[in-house]
Amino acid sequence: MLSNQEVAEELVKKFGDDVYDFEEPYGLLTLTTTREQILPMLNYLFHSEKFRINFLTDLTGIHYPDEPGREFAVVYHLHSLTQNFRVRIKVFLAEADLHIPTATELYNCANWMERETYDFFGIIFDGHPNLTRILNIEEMDYFPMRRQYPLEDATREDKIDALFGR
Amino acid sequence: MQDRIKTGDGGIILTSAEDLLNWARLSSLWPMGFGLACCAIEMIATYASHYDLERFGIFPRPSPRQSDVMIVAGTVTFKMADRLRRLYEQMPEPRYVISMGSCSNCGGPYWEHGYHVVKGVDRIVPVDVYVPGCPPRPEALIGGFMRLQEKIRREHPLAPQMLLDMEAKAAEAV
Repeated sequence: MLSNQEVAEELVKKFGDDVYDFEEPYGLLTLTTTREQILPMLNYLFHSEKFRINFLTDLTGIHYPDEPGREFAVVYHLHSLTQNFRVRIKVFLAEADLHIPTATELYNCANWMERETYDFFGIIFDGHPNLTRILNIEEMDYFPMRRQYPLEDATREDKIDALFGR
Repeated sequence: MQDRIKTGDGGIILTSAEDLLNWARLSSLWPMGFGLACCAIEMIATYASHYDLERFGIFPRPSPRQSDVMIVAGTVTFKMADRLRRLYEQMPEPRYVISMGSCSNCGGPYWEHGYHVVKGVDRIVPVDVYVPGCPPRPEALIGGFMRLQEKIRREHPLAPQMLLDMEAKAAEAV
């Protein structure tokens, strides 16, 4: 059984200052790396005899509009099917330069996930074989999951429980 | 037809050809098998043994070319709208549309903030019957069908208008 400590130490040894912000929410090892190191890191975790973290569970984006210089994050959820170990890797990007290399050469399943991330957040995956919108109409000219649209009015009263017999 | 006069014991019913045609059409409405969201689950339940739509002669078809009625059961996204319109155009006339559930009636919970939902399928195809609910119970869908049957019963068989328009256009082009 792999421990979070073990994997974190190994990654620090291998990547040094390029891995940081270690966290363990709900016991899930979470770390941050840079755009330059993400592919080497995915490859290393995939091919390492010890880890065999070889399954990309999820790939998505986040928008933090209030953090200048790191407005967007791309999140990779990885799983080792042999060790039953999970890890989450984040890469922060600046809004002015939303480019990140594609993971499709390592994980075929990244193809649709990267298209989805592009579709909803506008993050550009360099080297992707077909980076077009996947869920929304092709003519759409905005990225709907960015936090720049107003939320529903939290004080509206036409949806209160009493009206639904709850 | 109930108020027509039966003559003697021979089992003869006097009626008009129009009434007979309408009766035949409304007694075998074949919907297109077409589910879009959670309403489709209720639609499936309505087809299945508990509610058994087949007792009304309602029998799902796998192709729009064999269907009389389209049940728009669920959320119509912008991306689906093109396809939905195309499927509708592939159905032979006379054709009918039942809009099932709040999403296809008016956009449902996405009516204000949805970035991907058509605010009512009647913006894409003409709707004959709206079935309210989120999702509607099977009884409500059956009620919708009975409304549609009443509508057909009162109809005068019409020329296939869209076909005539297309032919006129083709003749113009030549």
